[in-house]
Amino acid sequence: MELILEQLPIVIHALNIGFLQTLKLFFVTLIGAIPLGLVIAFGSMSRFKPLSYLTKIIVWIVRGTPLMIQLLIIYYFPGLVLGNPIWGGGETGRFLAASVSFILNYACYFSEIYRGGIQGVPVGQTEAGLVLGMTKTQIFFKVKLLQMIKRIVPPMSNEIITLVKDTSLARIIALQEIIWAGQAFMKGSQGISGAIWPLFFTAVYYLICNGILTLLFGRLEKKLDYFR
Amino acid sequence: MSILEVEHIQKSFEHTEVLKDISFSLEKGQVLSIIGSSGSGKTTLLRCLNFLERPDSGIIRVNGESLFDSSASSRKNEAEIRKKRLHFGLVFQSFNLFPQYTALQNVMLARELLAKEQPDYKSRKKEIHQEIEAQAEILLKQMGLADRMQNYPHQLSGGQCQRVAIARALALQPDILCFDEPTSALDPELTGEVLKVIKELADTKTTMIIVTHEMAFARDVADHVIFMDDGCILEQGNPIDVMEHPKEERTKQFLARFTQG
Repeated sequence: MELILEQLPIVIHALNIGFLQTLKLFFVTLIGAIPLGLVIAFGSMSRFKPLSYLTKIIVWIVRGTPLMIQLLIIYYFPGLVLGNPIWGGGETGRFLAASVSFILNYACYFSEIYRGGIQGVPVGQTEAGLVLGMTKTQIFFKVKLLQMIKRIVPPMSNEIITLVKDTSLARIIALQEIIWAGQAFMKGSQGISGAIWPLFFTAVYYLICNGILTLLFGRLEKKLDYFR
Repeated sequence: MSILEVEHIQKSFEHTEVLKDISFSLEKGQVLSIIGSSGSGKTTLLRCLNFLERPDSGIIRVNGESLFDSSASSRKNEAEIRKKRLHFGLVFQSFNLFPQYTALQNVMLARELLAKEQPDYKSRKKEIHQEIEAQAEILLKQMGLADRMQNYPHQLSGGQCQRVAIARALALQPDILCFDEPTSALDPELTGEVLKVIKELADTKTTMIIVTHEMAFARDVADHVIFMDDGCILEQGNPIDVMEHPKEERTKQFLARFTQG
């Protein structure tokens, strides 16, 4: 126990650095996947059949395979198979590859949530807007958008909380996020080796982060509670 | 001149002919009731008038101006259709109020959006807004909803929702106000309060087309009744003739269920 107290400042410092990388991947994924998901959602609902089939196939592949495999393929395939390591080495390259994988993966999940939200608004809302002389754009922004947002908040919060934990998968391409930082103390780092507790301790970070997210989404849901 | 003339309207979905050669006209200030069993094409006819469906053929004229003519080749763009549908208002069976807006906002929204297209909107913004709000308040009071203006639709009863929907349709001052089974989603008590405001509108000479299953109401309020069956107008005339002395066997059969009950 005394030993752990002695190691604690060193470990926390290392985990903080790792968690910063975790958060970076988390926010970059959100910023990329939230709009890309909308593009994919409209693609799969398109009346132009080839586009709708293409997007549906992409969504099927991305949702049908493990994110860990996607990370490996996106990171290693260009270099090992095509002989063209587009990501470059080092942490920056790994972060880029991880970001692309996560954005693509999460955009596909988000797109299905959006689609449910868009199609969940009754057609009567559009018709009421039309007979009142509104344009399609006005109907989307003034009538349907808020109803869609209300519908997608609960499933989106679920997915976003999963994303926080999924970032740990980037460990597979050696991205130096918090799990990687914790694991380092098993192999030996900064004079500490064979310690497994730092790895266990990473759970606290995820728990606090998701606690905050849960509170934020709870407040957003409450804010949208004024209508049904 | 009739305010509305409908000539030879036809409409098919897939392989089912829903409207077969529908023609009728309506005078200004009159009330037309359309009765008939479910699936006879009443709702589709209203939806054609409001441009929610495009007829396969036929002509629709309002005040002598042709709004739809299948023989005229030019396809109308969205902006033109938008202007034309403002001749009509439509009250839906399921209200279709906008849930995120209060009763007052529901009534004001469409007019505010239209006002933005006026050239003098920017300079008279405040004035226009107050004008629209004042009109909406008058309409809601007329509907007996003076104390419900700030409520959201989910806080209102079905009857109150439908009265907000009527006010919302009236806000745009349509030439012809259409009702698609306005009381079919309501219990008898709430039906009464909605029929009462429609009756009041009829008394003030609002031109209306009412699709309804409320036979007593149709006879009471209408100047003209159309009985539809299987996509055709089987019988039409003044309510006493059509509803009390029907000529067609099918009409007698349909009305028998109501007079017996």
